[in-house]
Amino acid sequence: MYQYDLIDKEFLADRSAEFRGQVARRLAGELTEDQFKPLRLMNGLYLQLHAYMLRVAIPYGSLNPTQARRLAQIARDYDKGYGHFTTRQNIQFNWIKLKDAPEILDKLAEVDLHAIQTSGNCIRNTTSDPYAGATAEEVDDPRVWCEVIRQWSTLHPEFSFLPRKFKIAITASAKDRTAAKVHDIGLLLRQGRDGQQGFEVIVGGGQGRTPYVGPTIKEFLPTDRLLSYLEAVLRVYNRHGRRDNIYKARIKILVAALGAEEFARQVEEEWSKIDAASADLPAAELTRIRAAFATTPFEALPARSEAFETAKSKDPAFARFVRNNVRPHKQPGYAIVEISLKAQEQTPGDASADQLDVVADLAERYGFSDLRVTHAQNLVLPHIKLDDLPTVFAALQAANLATPNIDLVSDIIACPGLDYCALANARAIPIAQDIARQFADLDRAEQVGELKIKISGCINACGHHHVAHIGVLGVDKKGEEFYQLSLGGSGAEDASIGKILGPALPADKVASAVDQLVEAYLNARVDGERFLDTYRRVGLEPFKEAVYAQAD
Amino acid sequence: MPKLIELVDGQARWAEDSFAHLADEDAIPAGGDVILSLARFQAEGDTLLASNSRRVGVRIEPDQEVEVLAYDLPRIAVVALAFPKFRDGRAYTSARLLRERFGYQGQIRAVGDVLQEQAGFMVRCGFDAFEPADGATPDVLTKAAGRFRHVYQRAADDRPIALDERAV
Repeated sequence: MYQYDLIDKEFLADRSAEFRGQVARRLAGELTEDQFKPLRLMNGLYLQLHAYMLRVAIPYGSLNPTQARRLAQIARDYDKGYGHFTTRQNIQFNWIKLKDAPEILDKLAEVDLHAIQTSGNCIRNTTSDPYAGATAEEVDDPRVWCEVIRQWSTLHPEFSFLPRKFKIAITASAKDRTAAKVHDIGLLLRQGRDGQQGFEVIVGGGQGRTPYVGPTIKEFLPTDRLLSYLEAVLRVYNRHGRRDNIYKARIKILVAALGAEEFARQVEEEWSKIDAASADLPAAELTRIRAAFATTPFEALPARSEAFETAKSKDPAFARFVRNNVRPHKQPGYAIVEISLKAQEQTPGDASADQLDVVADLAERYGFSDLRVTHAQNLVLPHIKLDDLPTVFAALQAANLATPNIDLVSDIIACPGLDYCALANARAIPIAQDIARQFADLDRAEQVGELKIKISGCINACGHHHVAHIGVLGVDKKGEEFYQLSLGGSGAEDASIGKILGPALPADKVASAVDQLVEAYLNARVDGERFLDTYRRVGLEPFKEAVYAQAD
Repeated sequence: MPKLIELVDGQARWAEDSFAHLADEDAIPAGGDVILSLARFQAEGDTLLASNSRRVGVRIEPDQEVEVLAYDLPRIAVVALAFPKFRDGRAYTSARLLRERFGYQGQIRAVGDVLQEQAGFMVRCGFDAFEPADGATPDVLTKAAGRFRHVYQRAADDRPIALDERAV
């Protein structure tokens, strides 16, 4: 894992001091709220319905135990004892007082964490694969390139006042766990025929009001040219992206207006004029960064663990956990362990301070001090020995962190919704809890299989409803909360935008409608198809009928 | 009228502004340095410059591309890059291109909604003169521009960046 050196640490200290000065000027009345707003936003501080919310970056979703414990401490000391993990590998604290914010940033900086560029019209925290460095699927460790981008994009002098926010995702596996195709830039790391590595560059994906699966504008960008190419993309966007209408300001609108081919041509033209020697990363710095990620000292273990096999055959609960939450590791004798933050009655993505401490301890004792955050609002212990898995499972169980539902129907992504958010039209959290309750029977949930439900409380789509197998969008109908369902979206490698099923439903009908959709799927599915596959084969009609037929 | 602050060797200081900002409808004064809109510069710049008696600057709006000045740059004393709102970041690109791509040596002046919080970004992109809209003094600008001991990416200034410092 990348360790901040003195330069990185001094940079964070300077940033923290700067914000302390800005807050002091605000509290002294030297800055109006209007003048202060862009400054606090650049430090991740939002004014929400009830309080300030602080969004802390978790660079490419990677935490060490010290950092996780510090987040727990902040949750205890400055919030109500919990934090909320977002769909972009950040954590949000929902009950922050403005006067405490500088102190919180200082405490974060002490453990190399920050809130820089977690808001504002700038380059945000890069999304990455939570299985990086652990999965055999990847052609290289994507975190190396995430760290390169973290440094390059931090307080970028040219690109800190873009038309709109800008999000980059990097994945190095064929299976995409980052939603790369619905980011402003998605970088898919590939191995070329000659053994050289390069990125397939996707630009102009996105969600919100105008969802797009992004087009590929470059099939193969040699990795050592990444920064100059990003500079070209950002420069074309900074100059030509719309600034007259906030809803048309994302790069996806520019790419769609020009067409992918013309956009790509403009990028190539700009790229050809950039001095590569100055813009691209020198090999020595890449080597330094790469070394930081190459040091997990795995033991040589047999692929089969007796302790693990015995526990699996003796304890059905453990066996179920293994089926649903444990994934194969590249190293024999190890496993990737997903920790669901979607227990029954839990707010999706919330973790209490005590839970964070438990996970930090487990990462430290059993997992090479490595902890990950996923875009599906769960946590991952990426390197756990099979021998230790029964012990880790027991500890997770004791902390209500062993819900065996990863990628199942109750593993629901939800935005904070009207319970917290100033933009929301409807609540998202209670709908997620209703649906989870409907599918509390784990046997049935397993029988249904992979089914990704995602809920947004408004059209801004923070809950990723456009790319859900079943999407739920909260809308306001004359002061009442209604929910529009959509089917067939995916944020993964087979990305697609969902189609609206029919008229919006009242809150108390959503969970039963999902149940009807699931029954329709079970009736129609063949050969172990996922819900998404069945939908793609049979289309919208049978599902529409299942939900709306009796109502007519 | 905002006062002019110039940056010399990393120090901001008050400067005497010899340039008059001319609106398109203003008559050209008999003498003295002037900053013109791009349209007016393209129409009247040659005549003004031919007299050799005054210096000429050009004001570039965010939607105008500095590339159109490429051939005239050696004769232009000031390029004033406009910030209609501080959120409009196009002028940062314009400044970098002027310095890095066209090797422009004259003054690049930030005009419009120019706030102290932007000073660090502006200096790194090649601005060396400011007409602050928030009453910032040279002291405040110097401090704001030098707030960070380290920077991460190459730009139009010659500051060593983090990876240069690491290589030492």
